Amino acid sequence: MPKDSGIGASPKRREDIRFLTGLGQYTDDISLTGETHAVFARSQVATGIIKSIDTSAAENMPGVLAVFTGDDFVDVGGNPAGWLINSRDGEPMKEPKRPVLAHGKVRHVGDAYAAVIAETAEQARDAAEAIEADIDEQPAVVDMKSALAGGALVHDEIGTNQCFDWGWIEDNRAATDAAIKSAPHVTTLELVNNRLVPNAMEPRASTGVFDPGTGDYTLYTTSQNPHLTRLLICAFVLGIPENKLRVVAPDVGGGFGSKIYHYGEEALVLSAAKKLGRPVRWTASRSESFLTDAHGRDHVTKIEIACEKDGTFLAFRTETMANVGAYLSNFSTATPTFLHGTLMAGNYTVPTLYVNVKAVFTNTAPVDAYRGAGRPEATYSLERAIDKCAQELGMDPLALRRKNFIKPDQFPYAAAAGLEYDTGNYHALVDKLEELADLSGFEARRAATKATGKLRGIGVNTYIEACGIAPSNLVGVLGSRVGLYDAATVRVNATGNISVMVGAHSHGQGHETAFPQVVADMLGIDEGSIDIVHGDTSKIPFGMGTYGSRSLAVCGSAVVRATEKIINKAKKIAAHMMEASEQDVEFSEGQFSIAGTDKSVGFGDVALKAYIPHNFPIEDIEPGLEETAFYDPANFTYPAGAYACEVEVDPDTGKVTIDRFTAVDDFGNVINPMIVTGQVHGGLAQGIGQALLENCTYDENGQILSASFMDYAMPRASDLPLYTVDHSCQTPCTHNPLGVKGCGEAGAIGSPPAVVNAVINALHSGGHTDVTHIDMPVSPARVWAAMNS
Amino acid sequence: MTKLSMTVNGKPVSGNVEGRTLLVDFLRQDLHLTGTHVGCDTSQCGACTVHVNGVAVKSCTMLAAEADGADVATIEGQANADGSLNVIQQAFQDHHGLQCGFCTPGMVMATADLLKNNPTPNEADVRHHLDGNICRCTGYHNIVKAVLAASGQDVDAVAAE
Ligand code: FES
Ligand code: FES
Repeated sequence: MPKDSGIGASPKRREDIRFLTGLGQYTDDISLTGETHAVFARSQVATGIIKSIDTSAAENMPGVLAVFTGDDFVDVGGNPAGWLINSRDGEPMKEPKRPVLAHGKVRHVGDAYAAVIAETAEQARDAAEAIEADIDEQPAVVDMKSALAGGALVHDEIGTNQCFDWGWIEDNRAATDAAIKSAPHVTTLELVNNRLVPNAMEPRASTGVFDPGTGDYTLYTTSQNPHLTRLLICAFVLGIPENKLRVVAPDVGGGFGSKIYHYGEEALVLSAAKKLGRPVRWTASRSESFLTDAHGRDHVTKIEIACEKDGTFLAFRTETMANVGAYLSNFSTATPTFLHGTLMAGNYTVPTLYVNVKAVFTNTAPVDAYRGAGRPEATYSLERAIDKCAQELGMDPLALRRKNFIKPDQFPYAAAAGLEYDTGNYHALVDKLEELADLSGFEARRAATKATGKLRGIGVNTYIEACGIAPSNLVGVLGSRVGLYDAATVRVNATGNISVMVGAHSHGQGHETAFPQVVADMLGIDEGSIDIVHGDTSKIPFGMGTYGSRSLAVCGSAVVRATEKIINKAKKIAAHMMEASEQDVEFSEGQFSIAGTDKSVGFGDVALKAYIPHNFPIEDIEPGLEETAFYDPANFTYPAGAYACEVEVDPDTGKVTIDRFTAVDDFGNVINPMIVTGQVHGGLAQGIGQALLENCTYDENGQILSASFMDYAMPRASDLPLYTVDHSCQTPCTHNPLGVKGCGEAGAIGSPPAVVNAVINALHSGGHTDVTHIDMPVSPARVWAAMNS
Repeated sequence: MTKLSMTVNGKPVSGNVEGRTLLVDFLRQDLHLTGTHVGCDTSQCGACTVHVNGVAVKSCTMLAAEADGADVATIEGQANADGSLNVIQQAFQDHHGLQCGFCTPGMVMATADLLKNNPTPNEADVRHHLDGNICRCTGYHNIVKAVLAASGQDVDAVAAE
C-alpha cells in the first residue's frame, strides 16, 4: 500500500484549491489604493544612438504623472552579472554596465529608453506612444561569428564583442589535443542549440510602493528568489538599505529561470513610487516578454569524440560560441561555463576532455539560464555526438554508452570535467529503460509503421546533471559573487501548529504540500497542521530561492536541520516536564517518553509549555519554540537518467510525431512521487518543444521574428504524447540529510537528444543514411529538406 | 464611456467602461474577478477563457460592451454551492493537472465547454479541444488525464503515470 502521508506519499496539493477556484494572488491581481500605471517606451531598432528624447507631448497628455528617461538613472548602479569568469589568458570578463533605462544607445529591440507613469494603463500607453525619440539606427550585430570577426560593437567602450574566452580544464588541454590527434577514431559534429524563450504563462509584473512616513519600500514582483532580487536592487542598483526594502513574490505563474533575474522594470517602479508617493504598477504584455525576458540556450558547438575502434572513449573536446545578448543578465556568465563545461564528461569514464566557450555580445535580448541552464547544452552535444559515433563504428548506441559508463562500484567518481559524482547507477537506469520502453518490441513496431508508409525511429540517451545549486565554497572558487545556501525557520506555535518559513519559492513546484511532508514525518504530527510561508522577505529568512533544481536538496535540508533543532529543544522542555534527564528522553511519533517508564508527554504539550513557561527553567532554557537553520551543501547533487523516444516521420511532409517517450530518472529519494512525476512531464514538454517546435530567431537587422505565440511555436496539447515516467532506480545523495537530488530540470535536459536521435534513426531506416544531423527544431521543413537534398 | 450591465456568476453587475475595454479587463479590474488571467496579447493562450451565454470565449477577444446583457461565467463561480470543488476542478487536483496554476482557470473553463458538447471524449478529442489553451508547466499529460477523469472515464486504462 502506498503511504498516504509523510515522506514518499502523494497527498493532493493543498495550493491547488486556490488556483482552481480563481483565488490565487499573482502580482497583477494585487491592486492598491492610489495606484498608478507604468508603460515603457522600447526600442524598435536593434541598436542606435539616442540623439534626443522629447517627452514634452507625453507629459501633457491626460492622466500622465511623470516620464522617466535614461538621464534619470545615470547616477544609479548597473544590474550586475553574478559570476566573474576569467578568460584562458587570465583576463577578467568584460562587464559593460546594464542601466535601468538605456542611456546614449539602445542595444536590442525592446530595450527600454523611457517610461511613463499615468493614472491608468491606457493613458500611460497612449503617452508612451507620444514620446518622440530621435534614435539613429546603427548596423546591428546579430550573428555570433560575425560579432567575433570585428566590425560593429554592441558596447563601444569595451572594444570587443567577446565577453570572455574560457577554457575548462586548461591543464587538460594538451593531453586532450594529443589524445584526439592520435586516436584510432574521431567523431566530429557541429550543432546549434537553438535559442528559446522561456514563456512562463504569467508575464513578468512588478508593483513598487513607497511609504513616505517610514521611508520603507515594498516591491511586489514575479520572482523565483525575492531575497536575491532585494540584494541586487539594494547593493548594486538603487542603493536602498536592505532593511528598507521588502520584496514580495506572491503566487508566481511559472518561472523556468526567466524570473530568477532582476530586471530594470523593478528598479523603475520603485524609483517612480518614491517620486510620486503612490504605488506604481507594471505588467508586461506577452510581446514585451518575448522582447525582454532573458532567453535561453543559443549555443553553436563543435564537438569531437576520440575513441578506440571498440568504442572506448579517449577524449572529448568542444568549442562553443554562447550568445549572451546585449547585456549580461545575472547568471548569464555561469550558464555556458560552470553549468555546462563541468558536465561535459556525461555519465562516462572518458579520461580527459577540454571545453572552450567564447561568450559573445549581440544586439539581441539577454540570454541566461532557462530550465536546465547549460546542462541541456552539454547533454545535447555529447549525446548527439555519441549517437553519431555509434553509427560510424557500427555499434548499437546503447552498447556504446554502456561500455563507457562509470560503473556502480566506481562511485564516488571524479569525472574528467572536474566534478565528483557521489552516487549513481547508470547501468540500472538503462536496464529499466529497456524494460519500460519495450526496446525489444521496437522492430515489430517499426514494421507496423512501415506498412502505413511512414518511418519509425528510436532514439536513446542518458544524461547527468549537477543540481542542488550549490556549495558556496566551491562556487566561490569558480567565480560566483554570492553564496548559494538556503534557509528555513520552523516556528512551533503555542497551540502546536507550525509555520515553516523557507527561502525557496514555489511557483508550480508544490512546496506548500511537499515540505510539510518532511516536517510531519520528523515530528510525528499531522502535516495538515504545518504551513509553509514563502516569497516575502519580511517573513522568511535570507534564502537564495528556487532554480537549479535546488529547493528540496538545499532548502529542504535547511528545513530538516531547523526541525532537528526544534526536536532537541523540545526534548529539553519535555525532560523538565517529566522531571527526567534530557539524555533519557526519547522522541517518536510525536511523543516524548522516558525509556523503561510510563512517563510521556505529547509534542503539543511541550509546545504549549514553551510559550506558557510557568514553572519553567528559564535559566537553562529560553521560552518559545522556534529555530532557524542555514544549509550549505557539501557538493552538487547528481541526478541522472536514461530516456527513449520513438517517432514516426511522414516522408511526404517531413512531419515528426512522437509516439512514445520513456523517461527513467534517478533523483535519489523521492518525497512526493506525484509532484516529481509532474515535474518530469513539464521538463519533457519543454525539451520536446525545443527539439521539434521552438525557435527564437532574429533577422540580420536584429528584428525578432518570433515575438508572439503566433510565430513562436509553443508546445500544445496535440503536439505531445502521454509519457512513461519512472523514478524507482534510486541512489540517494550521500551528503544531504534527505538523500534527494532534485528533479525540476531533468526532463528538459534529457529529452532533446532522444528526439533528434530518433529522427535520424528513422531517416536511416528509410535509406537516408547520408543524413547525419538535423539542427533543432527538427521541423517538417528541415526534415523534408534533409531527406530530399 | 459606455454604461453596461450583465450577469456574472449569477449576480447582476454593471459598470462604466471605455469603448476599447476588453471583457477580461472589465472582469479583472472593475469586478476584481482576478481568477481570469491574461497570458498573451494575440488570443493564443486561453488563460482568459470564460463562458458567455454558455459558450467558451477568450475574454481578451471580446469587448466588454459586446457582453452587455450577457450571462457570463468565470472560474470564481465554478465551485459547488457548498464551496467544494466541482467535478472538473476536483479531477484537476486528483490528477495533478496544474502546477503554477496560471493556465488553470482557462483550462477548467475550456474543459467544461468540451464536456458539455462531448461528454465522453477520447484522448485525441481532449488534446484537440485544448489546443487553444497553452500550459507551460504540466506537459499536458496530467491535464488530459484530469479531463478524462472528469468525464467519468477510467483514466488508468489510458495512462499509468
Ligand atoms: S489572454 Fe486571451 S488568449 Fe491569451
Ligand atoms: S500550470 Fe503553469 S501554465 Fe499550466
